[in-house]
Amino acid sequence: MLSRTADHLYWMSRYIERAENTARLLDIAYQTTLQPQSAEESEQSWRSLVSISELNSLYGAKYSTINGRNVMEFMVADESNLSSIFNCLRAARENARAVRGALTTEVWETMNQTWLEFRRLLREGALMRDPSQFFEWVKYRSHLSRGVTVGTMLQDEAFHFIRIGSFLERSDNTARLLDVKFYRQEPIATERDAARDFYYWSAVLRSVSGFEIYRKVYSNVIQPDKVAELLILRPDMPRSLSHCITRMLANLKRVANPHSAETLRRVGRLEAELAFGRIDEILATGLHPFLDGFLAEVSDLGDRISKDFLV
Amino acid sequence: MQTAFDEMNAAGPQTRAHYEAYARWLADQPESLMRERREQAELIFRRVGITFAVYGDKDSGEGTERLIPFDLIPRVIPATEWTSMQAGLAQRVTALNRFIHDVYHDQEILKAGIVPADEILKNAQFRPEMMGVDVPGGVYSHIAGVDIVRAGHSDGSGHYYVLEDNLRVPSGVSYMLENRKMMMRLFPELFVSHRIAPVAHYPDLLLDTLRSVAPSGVADPTVVVMTPGMYNSAYFEHAFLAQQMGVELVEGQDLFVDGGFVYMRTTRGPKRVDVIYRRIDDDFLDPQVFRADSQLGCAGLVSAYKAGKVTLSNAIGTGIADDKSIYPYVPKMIEFYLGEKPILQNVPTYVCREKEDLAYTLAHLSELVVKEVHGAGGYGMLVGPAATKDEVEAFRARLIANPGNYIAQPTLSLSTCPTFVESGIAPRHIDLRPFVLSGSSVRMVPGGLTRVALKEGSLVVNSSQGGGTKDTWVLED
Repeated sequence: MLSRTADHLYWMSRYIERAENTARLLDIAYQTTLQPQSAEESEQSWRSLVSISELNSLYGAKYSTINGRNVMEFMVADESNLSSIFNCLRAARENARAVRGALTTEVWETMNQTWLEFRRLLREGALMRDPSQFFEWVKYRSHLSRGVTVGTMLQDEAFHFIRIGSFLERSDNTARLLDVKFYRQEPIATERDAARDFYYWSAVLRSVSGFEIYRKVYSNVIQPDKVAELLILRPDMPRSLSHCITRMLANLKRVANPHSAETLRRVGRLEAELAFGRIDEILATGLHPFLDGFLAEVSDLGDRISKDFLV
Repeated sequence: MQTAFDEMNAAGPQTRAHYEAYARWLADQPESLMRERREQAELIFRRVGITFAVYGDKDSGEGTERLIPFDLIPRVIPATEWTSMQAGLAQRVTALNRFIHDVYHDQEILKAGIVPADEILKNAQFRPEMMGVDVPGGVYSHIAGVDIVRAGHSDGSGHYYVLEDNLRVPSGVSYMLENRKMMMRLFPELFVSHRIAPVAHYPDLLLDTLRSVAPSGVADPTVVVMTPGMYNSAYFEHAFLAQQMGVELVEGQDLFVDGGFVYMRTTRGPKRVDVIYRRIDDDFLDPQVFRADSQLGCAGLVSAYKAGKVTLSNAIGTGIADDKSIYPYVPKMIEFYLGEKPILQNVPTYVCREKEDLAYTLAHLSELVVKEVHGAGGYGMLVGPAATKDEVEAFRARLIANPGNYIAQPTLSLSTCPTFVESGIAPRHIDLRPFVLSGSSVRMVPGGLTRVALKEGSLVVNSSQGGGTKDTWVLED
């Protein structure tokens, strides 16, 4: 297929995935504000959201205070914020439109409809009226995009590039979430009590639909190291780093070309690290350096995929 | 040619035979249902993204993408009329293709004095680069869109006239196909009660036509559709046709020329391209040959084309045959190349470079439409019946000073068709664009795109100026 087409498909799915992950994070932050908490904690939780996307300076330039309303506005509807859900859904739709012929009618219509509906909901003030329902809607549209892709598309190169985009973006988002939540965890630990800890970690889990999975897998109280294990190493957890990288490798193998051997080798190595890694080892060398390294690797993979296939 | 002619209702008023069943059905439909159906259609068109972009700024999702209004009441053509129109179209397009080949080879028609040589050689649409270039099968315009209007005569009959031959990059066929899909979705019962000739196989015929004109020796040609990009007004159609044919939709940046052949950049490396259905004007095709500032084309494309390594569809230089100055000669071309009488008529046209025609034009200025032969978009045009005395006199002076620059035609009264507008059902003027495919044979699907001027009394059917479209039914006997 055309390199340009592959590029559009890859970015289409990355943007949809990014919109979903942003909605997940916002939803959890919003839900958390419904729990009793100090003003400082509340601010911390909203601030961490802006940090995950590395948007502190842009945010600071636009708003003087950090609060839920501002952060939600900034992350959902702000046209100047390239990572806002607004821009993600627009970019997903524009990428789809550029290659609508390479998509099934259903996939294209889903992308187009999502964007048109999103604009309508924003105009009607749906975000502030009921933030949770709004985020639920964004997640639902992403589920729909994925479902209609898997359910209607021929499993050819186009399909594989869409999947590569989804898993790459998701692994990046999960790693960022973990990094911020664990990094942030220390100050709270000084005044930790069991209940607070529970709400903190269960929110992290819920943001990746992992709360029920955690219970099912561990049948145990919620412990940070197990949360990390679930989200990093568990191969059957759909949002874990291990799962994302395994699926990415499988899709990459299907589109391999003479230039892509080195890229495949790197993804393979990363997959092996995650498949054979142990959480105590990772924690012993430090979670932050580990995630930092992972994010650098993923960013490099993005560049390599572009170079090998997309230009 | 001044009498009003309505496609559905004869004077009387009496419903024409081919509309009887439809008119009965329509009379039974409450207006609220029709309104509901129209809203439903709009919603679907918007969701499907059947839009055309308005030139200028980038799209933000809604603002610059517009829907072309779709009218619920079909234009119906009886089988006998279509049979003769089809024969006329095939004849006309065949002759036009012969003409283009002749112009770029032996120029017999110029030698015979049928078309004045300077009308060709000094024409901006004449491409000297094409002299002596052989194209597969000698076919130049593989996809032609011929604009046909019907005008009423004083005896109550209506006659079809060709208004324009579009032989470069005619558009609109996607609307023909989508309109049919929409009608079948909104009113399935009508397709049970009428025998309506199908059109959905157009992309199949198109692909077959394109494959049939591949460079010789290519057994399994790779066909692509070439678009200027997603901000082009007809982008939807480009993407639609590529998808329907199952071929790649490429932009200039996706193509390159190497060793005389054209390739596209794919995820698996370069892939050779044999036939390019280009939806981009000659001027932008190749910065090495035409406009050097073009970002839309592919450097080296024209030399690969001239060497016969790739087919461009339509060919370069077809504009010489659909120019206004050439139009008056088409009936004579048909006789010259085919030895046949034209089946479809031209609108009577006075060529002011001819002495007699000029005299007639000058004597009837206030009744005629006088056009500049190379003008477009209504500039440099006199609409006699609508002009003031001063305007007519000013134009007369210009005409006398440079008669060769003008042609004149009677003011046509386009036929009308009942149309569902805000105030209810009312007659509106329409035209018809059938699409004629020429490859190893000449083929078309029955019907074409019917455009309708939605403003009362307006004759402008262009989508950029408030025109809409209708489904076109050719009834089978």
